[in-house]
Amino acid sequence: MTAVPDIEFRAVTKRYGAVTAVSGIDLAIPPSAFVALLGPSGCGKTTCLRMIGGFEQPSEGHVLIRGRDMAGTPPYRRPVNMVFQQYALFPHLDVEDNISYGLRQARPRLTSREISLKAVEALAMVQLAGYGRRKIHELSGGQQQRVALARALVNKPAVLLLDEPLAALDKKLRTDMQIELQNLQREIGITFVLVTHDQEEALSMSDFVCVMNGGRIVQLGQPSEIYDEPADLFVADFVGKTNLLSGKVAGLSGDRVDVALADGTVISARKRVPLSRGEAVSVSLRPESLSLTAPGSGSLQGIVRNRIFLGSTAEYAIEVQGIGSLLAKADHLIGQGNLFKPGEPVAIGFAAGAPLAFPTSKNNGTNQREDHHVEIVS
Amino acid sequence: MRAFVVAVFGFLYLPIALVVLFSFNAGHHASEFTGFSVQWYGKALSNPFLVEALKNSLFIATTSALLAAFCGTAAALGLQRVGAPARAVFDALLGAAIVVPGVVIGISTLVALVQLFVVVNPFLASLWPTDQPPRLALGYGSIIAAHGLFSMALVTMIVGTRLSSLDRNLVEASSDLYATPLTTFRSIVLPQIMPAVIAGFLLAFTFSFDDFIIAFFVAGAQTTLPIYVFASIRRGVTPEINAIATIVLAASVLLVLLAQWQLGRRKPSP
Repeated sequence: MTAVPDIEFRAVTKRYGAVTAVSGIDLAIPPSAFVALLGPSGCGKTTCLRMIGGFEQPSEGHVLIRGRDMAGTPPYRRPVNMVFQQYALFPHLDVEDNISYGLRQARPRLTSREISLKAVEALAMVQLAGYGRRKIHELSGGQQQRVALARALVNKPAVLLLDEPLAALDKKLRTDMQIELQNLQREIGITFVLVTHDQEEALSMSDFVCVMNGGRIVQLGQPSEIYDEPADLFVADFVGKTNLLSGKVAGLSGDRVDVALADGTVISARKRVPLSRGEAVSVSLRPESLSLTAPGSGSLQGIVRNRIFLGSTAEYAIEVQGIGSLLAKADHLIGQGNLFKPGEPVAIGFAAGAPLAFPTSKNNGTNQREDHHVEIVS
Repeated sequence: MRAFVVAVFGFLYLPIALVVLFSFNAGHHASEFTGFSVQWYGKALSNPFLVEALKNSLFIATTSALLAAFCGTAAALGLQRVGAPARAVFDALLGAAIVVPGVVIGISTLVALVQLFVVVNPFLASLWPTDQPPRLALGYGSIIAAHGLFSMALVTMIVGTRLSSLDRNLVEASSDLYATPLTTFRSIVLPQIMPAVIAGFLLAFTFSFDDFIIAFFVAGAQTTLPIYVFASIRRGVTPEINAIATIVLAASVLLVLLAQWQLGRRKPSP
């Protein structure tokens, strides 16, 4: 290891009574990274963030910030700042007093001139120059979001924690803020840790995505890795849209597996975990990896049920006898007339690398409770 | 139905309206209105006994309300950190303290104070170096204590309600921004609950200023305004009494309205 990680979790477990929210997490976040903790609600991601902030203490294990064990260190002595989900701006203070709140606590004291200079700078950074004397309730949701960001960043923390910061914004604003956050992170160069349940947000903004489920880290990797090479069925299903075809293992050869689908068709898929003959598996096929052609060729035959035309692409719901409905996404090329109509029969093809087979039994997100149970017993 | 409502409100407010009306009566009799005049207000305010009683009442109300606001707020803050089962017990006890009839509070406070004096006074006497030890007795102190105790329950409830609606995130945000718990309390919690504390103070003041029953039991030789009014009624209802009643009424209504306004000062929703 070269650099000391900004944040490190060493075998961290957090229990609330009989419920285990986080179980045995090991994680190292390198400096200057934009990391997303992604998972469904109740997966432990917010608990992890709150343990970094100091609002929760781990039941077991250690949380380190820049190599220093934070056990027993209260939030007000930690070199991190948080952007809260509902912003938590102080309603009785104006914008500038909100932003300078952290600076006022600095010891040795800063002069009021220094404080106000820094606050004005921070306001400019989030494009709210001149808003210093506004009341919080006079601001729109997006502006409050920026004030919350400025209030945290003005302290120059080692790590910025963001708890679902964009959840309360509408879609247009959210996209703008995603870009702005990315730019800010690159400019300032400090580590951002973002908690989100929105996989699109996680994929689009971060350098690393840490997918969590049932209090554990299921996969840690770059966004494209997570999307292309999901570690298990849960990740495949949770990150992005996918078709899951259930079947049984009919044959094995190297890193590939032959899967007999419900209708008897046998397709060849890649595997990432060991499988045995006869085992129940689900095959993940991304909608955009499916290609539609005139009936006859292709691996599967179906009938177009619905078509959603989105301009550059078109999404099809295709009914395949014995297997069910599949979602396919096809690029639309202007003037090619390559659209299929509802009711039309089509053939579905895919590249050999596209299908990924996973064991069906575990880790599909519905058995969190069992996971907890196992953890408590062991 | 409408007539019924009118009758109910008439029954409620007509006597009060009459008192106010007759306080402006030019004549001597409380039964016939002979013309408009403010002479009885002048008479009332130049009556030394009455002014003395008014001063007593104001002093007692201010002191007991301050005591109640301080202790009640402290109690509400402390109760926040108590577990749910204990909390339910305390809430029930607070509620009970407010619904217990004034007579019962009056008698029990009197008995408790007298018992206390019986124990403490000889003890003080034995400690005191000179022959004239201070003797605790009924009076200012006992009224303030009795009113303060009752009002404390009121303040605890009002401030507790405000505290429970306080956004926990604000406290965490303050802590996240390097503020120690004490700073967080001073700069975030206190400004947020201040309207409730002020409202509690005003209600406590109003209660103490208006109270007759509890004061009557524990006043000893002291006279508060309600006690003075009660005593002078035995000599017959004069327009002077009406004038005092009107002043008390106006002051009470004003204070309660002020308290309501304070409580209504909600933080603007983010």
